[in-house]
Amino acid sequence: MISLNNVHKSYITGSNSLHVLKGIDLEIKSGEFVSIMGSSGSGKSTLLNILGILDNYDEGSYYLNGSLVKDMSEKKAAKLRNELVGFVFQSFNLISFKNALENVALPLYYQGVNRKKRNKIAEEYLDKVGLLDWATHLPSEMSGGQKQRVAIARSLISQPKIIFADEPTGALDTSTSYEVMDILKEINDDGITVILVTHEHDIASMTQKIVRLKDGRIDEIIKNGDLKNFQHRYAKELETA
Amino acid sequence: MFDIDKWQEIFATIKKNKMRTFLTGFSVAWGIFMLMILLGAGNGLSNGVSENFMRDAVNAMWLWSGRTSIPYKGMQENREIRFTNADYDILKDLEGIEHTSGRYYIGGNLFSYGSEYGEYSAITCHPDLKDVESIEIVEGRFVNQVDIDQTRKSVVLGKDIYDALFDGKEAVGEYVRVNNIPFKVVGICKEGGGTRHRNAYIPVTTGQKVFNGSNRLHNFALTINAETIEESQAIENRVRERLARKHKFDASDESAMGSYSKLEDVIQTMKIFQAIDIFIWIIGIGTLIAGVVGVSNIMLIVVKERTKEIGIRKAIGASPASVIGLILLEAVMITTIAGYIGLVLGTGLMEGLNFIVEKQFEASAATNGGNGETLFRNPTVDLGIALSATLLLVIAGAIAGYIPAKRAAKIKPIEALRDE
Repeated sequence: MISLNNVHKSYITGSNSLHVLKGIDLEIKSGEFVSIMGSSGSGKSTLLNILGILDNYDEGSYYLNGSLVKDMSEKKAAKLRNELVGFVFQSFNLISFKNALENVALPLYYQGVNRKKRNKIAEEYLDKVGLLDWATHLPSEMSGGQKQRVAIARSLISQPKIIFADEPTGALDTSTSYEVMDILKEINDDGITVILVTHEHDIASMTQKIVRLKDGRIDEIIKNGDLKNFQHRYAKELETA
Repeated sequence: MFDIDKWQEIFATIKKNKMRTFLTGFSVAWGIFMLMILLGAGNGLSNGVSENFMRDAVNAMWLWSGRTSIPYKGMQENREIRFTNADYDILKDLEGIEHTSGRYYIGGNLFSYGSEYGEYSAITCHPDLKDVESIEIVEGRFVNQVDIDQTRKSVVLGKDIYDALFDGKEAVGEYVRVNNIPFKVVGICKEGGGTRHRNAYIPVTTGQKVFNGSNRLHNFALTINAETIEESQAIENRVRERLARKHKFDASDESAMGSYSKLEDVIQTMKIFQAIDIFIWIIGIGTLIAGVVGVSNIMLIVVKERTKEIGIRKAIGASPASVIGLILLEAVMITTIAGYIGLVLGTGLMEGLNFIVEKQFEASAATNGGNGETLFRNPTVDLGIALSATLLLVIAGAIAGYIPAKRAAKIKPIEALRDE
């Protein structure tokens, strides 16, 4: 599904060049539930943006669903994003002047689905995240957890193969965070690959595979079986902190 | 091109962003509105004044005689020059002259009819005076050639004289006494361009005969066949030279014979109006530029404000073209509708003003006997100009929206998303 090979990325700000990703090799198979962890500045969000074709990279190669993603035209990238991936952001990124239903239906607008049909589908997906009663509310009238659930419904409506979530629980309290994670888990159970970025260990521990980044490189990859070990270590880290 | 879903999306966006829509629309509507008012006012002023001018024949020329101020061919200055009927015959056939009338003034005449009387001036003239001074016949006829040939005692009364002497009674066919000599009323007239109609017109031959004028004429009123100042001056010079030769004075001697050509004045005045026109256009173009800047500014802000939205749309699969199309169509639609509103309001205001002005004109025309006084008439704007101005603003808005929209659609979605 996803195959990264020695991917480099630097940001140029004025005369300074900031080397964020220093050669990332990563394989993610279809149906995996992966979290990317790391301290701030480790490049985890940058990596996710590259994976989601929201940003480009400088060196190496990235194959998404078998096709090389490199120097893609915006038009082609937009098409890929629309068909293949869904995004969930920390700051929700709902369109403020559209109500929940319209926000959820928007990806289908770009697929050329007519209004009636896409609103019907959007209702289904809102129902899935338990917000059908909130369909006509604007994002400003909803709580953070509700907004994030709307965002998840929007990411799912185009029936993507991968969901990218950038700190999906970053702006939420613990209980709503767990609700959101439950929904993401359900999505993953339906066979959709979910890749999320987080800096919270308890959130990461709910995934099957944790990719830990450190200074732009992959520090370690912890697989499902090692999760207990991870939780143990996480507890120890907490103790020392 | 016409995709109902796209329009629904645009309408939804407009409906949810009323303030932004209003501001964009207002700057366009205001620009067009102001332009309409400015151009309309300029046109109204120009129309009003030129209408006042046109009351006398614009190509009229007047000649009058005086005393020489320059010695000529051994003759001393201060010699009196007198026009005679012979001069009329000369002028009548001179090239470039259309209508000719001699005039012989009889000042301070007592007009009486029955027990009514009053003092008015009687002007003796040829039939052509009607054309030169744009005299309007209210009833009956003007002095004609038969009157001249047979030296008939006919008189055409000015409306004011008629009102004073006859007070609404039938006048044509009646006899009025002018200095105690009975004249038959053949017509009632109004003077073109005036509000007072206190002149009576008598055939020139009759006047000369009855009031001891022999063959004397005081002045000439002509219309000339000229369209430019140069032509007018050429004819004026020809007339001066011809009469100077006959009366033996220096053709450049203005006090021996005075001449005035209205056409030269009209053309000069029209030049002033052209200048006013240019001035109004400069202000109008200035207003338009202000409108263009206003629209561009708002479009820049709108696109800036929507950068994050653009990022979101792109993240969920909007192509750059669809993003640009969305912003552009919205901009074009708002500016077109707003421009149309400004057009309608501006035109409406000017038409309303026109209505009031016409009412006033009619009112003043009623009191002044047909000739209303106004400096302002028909203050409306050519529709073509108004439409092109609107189009200009629409295009300007579209360009001003296109450039930043294109940039916003081109950048990586993650950069647009970061924009707060």
